[in-house]
Amino acid sequence: MTVINNTSLAFDEDQAMILDVARDFCRERSPIGAVRAQLDAPLGYDQALWQEMVGLGWPGLALPESVGGSGLGIRHAVGIAEAMGRALLGTPLISTTLAAQLVARATAEERVDAFLADVAAGVPATVALLENPDWGSDQCQCLFDESGVLQGAKHFVPDAQAAGWFVVVTRHRELPALALVRADQLPAGAIVPHTLIDETKRAATVDFSGVQLTPDAIIAGEQVTVALCDFYLLGALLTAAEATGSAGACLDTTVEYLKTRKQFGKLIGSYQALKHPCVDILMAIDSARSFVYHAATLLEDGSLGRDAEIACRMAKAQAGDALLQAGDRAVQFHGGMGFTYECDAQLYIRRAQWSSQQFGDALHHRKRLAALLLDTAA
Amino acid sequence: MSATEQELNAFRQQVSAWLADNKPADPGFLLPQSFMEVGTEQQLEFLREWQYRVWNAGYLGMAWPKEYGGGGVEPVFQSIVDQEMRRHAVPICFNVIGLGWAGPLINHIGSEEEKARYLKGILTGEDIWCQGFSEPDHGSDLGNAQTRAVRDGDEYIVNGTKIWTTMGNFAKYMILLARTNPNAERKYDGLSFFLSPMQVPGIDARPIRKITGEYGFTETFFTDARIPADCLMGAEGQGWKIAMQTLQYERGAEAGAAGGLAFVRVLINDMIEELRDMTRDGEPLLRDPVVRDQLVQLIMEEKANALCEKRGAIQALGTDYPFSLQLSHKLRFSEYGRRMRQFAVGLQGAAGGLYVGDAQARQGGFWQRAYFNNFSTTIGGGTSQVQANIIAEHVLGLPK
Repeated sequence: MTVINNTSLAFDEDQAMILDVARDFCRERSPIGAVRAQLDAPLGYDQALWQEMVGLGWPGLALPESVGGSGLGIRHAVGIAEAMGRALLGTPLISTTLAAQLVARATAEERVDAFLADVAAGVPATVALLENPDWGSDQCQCLFDESGVLQGAKHFVPDAQAAGWFVVVTRHRELPALALVRADQLPAGAIVPHTLIDETKRAATVDFSGVQLTPDAIIAGEQVTVALCDFYLLGALLTAAEATGSAGACLDTTVEYLKTRKQFGKLIGSYQALKHPCVDILMAIDSARSFVYHAATLLEDGSLGRDAEIACRMAKAQAGDALLQAGDRAVQFHGGMGFTYECDAQLYIRRAQWSSQQFGDALHHRKRLAALLLDTAA
Repeated sequence: MSATEQELNAFRQQVSAWLADNKPADPGFLLPQSFMEVGTEQQLEFLREWQYRVWNAGYLGMAWPKEYGGGGVEPVFQSIVDQEMRRHAVPICFNVIGLGWAGPLINHIGSEEEKARYLKGILTGEDIWCQGFSEPDHGSDLGNAQTRAVRDGDEYIVNGTKIWTTMGNFAKYMILLARTNPNAERKYDGLSFFLSPMQVPGIDARPIRKITGEYGFTETFFTDARIPADCLMGAEGQGWKIAMQTLQYERGAEAGAAGGLAFVRVLINDMIEELRDMTRDGEPLLRDPVVRDQLVQLIMEEKANALCEKRGAIQALGTDYPFSLQLSHKLRFSEYGRRMRQFAVGLQGAAGGLYVGDAQARQGGFWQRAYFNNFSTTIGGGTSQVQANIIAEHVLGLPK
């Protein structure tokens, strides 16, 4: 056993086609002006644009055709996330995709088909998971009683404002369980939006207290635990893909400025003090992209294996750090301009702070990688 | 017609079996980890014998034309051989400047006569090649090379000094960059490229002692050395262009090498296994949280390098920054190697202060020596800083 035992990297024609379409779509429909126009909007995205994405089949890409999906694998969603990240395009697509993955992986029972069909038809969904800021915590006080009434709140719920469905992580008989809650079941005032560092994103605290669950809405059993592990890893991967795209766009923005701004009679891009960090960032992005598509190569419809887990964690650790580096230097290298709200560098540095925390930061993943790589190799 | 997967698998098994049977026993002296570390006759003869056996078995230069000693098959066969050689951890094929740089160059742009004269000797190891590019005053600034070559009848008279000539004291031929026209308007246009003999009067290759205390390079002095005029490759004034093409092979940016291992790849896995029994604060080293995090970062870097190498071959994933992965290959691998080896020395506690020759040095001081020697990759073939400039300018389009 060696610490590096799997370096598979494949990219099929479907993936290439989807990546192409997604990149063109995001570039055309989400120029930076359109991104800025959504910063103050309550939902943070243009619903007509969302409907176009639904029309392209993206929410149901990895869902079976029987519920209206496209029957492709979750690895096909990776390129879309990257393309969206590149264009800083929000929308609840990633939250929705992950919510559907969690449910589909937790049970094969037909009673969740209505939920999956809604997702494929473009009803946004999200997973209500965290009760504190610690991605490594398994605290779960959001529980339902014997009559099926939920008590408790979840924080940092992504796209809660837009969601038609909530997949609430709860417990049943000492094991993790899921509860499917429709937005119209929530009492008024249950959703309290967070003010986020990344203004292209939306999240909220959601208080589920008093929601009456039907028995059909509760998904329990050992498979839920496995599905949750997959969910964390897929979340890390899609966030990594998105961050990789954002990092590339961020670097492009910086490089463009360095090619036009003159000081001391010279284009500032000719100075090695600015050039070399740009190359460092480029190589960090290249690494992130390689990890992302390596991880995508290893994704299965079944539960993720050890190599896939390693790949997803590496992708997230690498992409998060690459975007942090790109965003940080983007502000610095734009000089005084970079310190202003008007400069696009702020969009990227804000996205960087947001992305790096989603599904655990680099330290979180490296700590788990250490256990995976150094403790089992003996 | 392309080989089938079945054929390739069968071939891999055949190679693997041959390597298992023919892997040389430990010679009892330190073997060079790269072609830049061949310091003694004993090492040279051992490696020459090994390379000959590999070629003789048909496992070197497999994609080179048959009429010049090659195998005339698809490059994928050689790739399989190289992978298997790495896996079996056999010695390097030492004649790297011939196999990897001069050879592909001659193969791609050389005349029929040049191919016939030089290629086979490169493969067999009989003709050792060295490179005369860098000069004491012109390392990274190669275009400014000042070694002069003056045409005199059917000879050129060469004067000047080259440095960092790998195996200069053993070589039969040199790829030589010299100035034939000092008055050219652009400095680059005054350069010419020679496939020069080394064993002629007036060429003196003096071994240089490296930071490791060992040898491997020479400083090469030309004093009215007369070389035949037909050593000129291409035409006068084309030297810069040909040298740049050569550097593409050297930096791994262009294919065509004969194959064989140029260096022993030092992997993070080897380091982890080697250091597993070390302790820190009385606890196993690998339980130390700070060390663990550093190791994971290095593992990620090594893996990213391998993945980037693969991704470079997937066209659909290389459109954002064309040639980024190819042009950064050397920078990635060489800088990673330096950091990883330095870290390995640092992990050894007090033993990290020992060196080759000390009975208590771990693995005979392998990591200390490997760390020092790695600078040949971050400096040679264009320093990391020059590589960063190239990437910034050619990939990102930043101004000079």
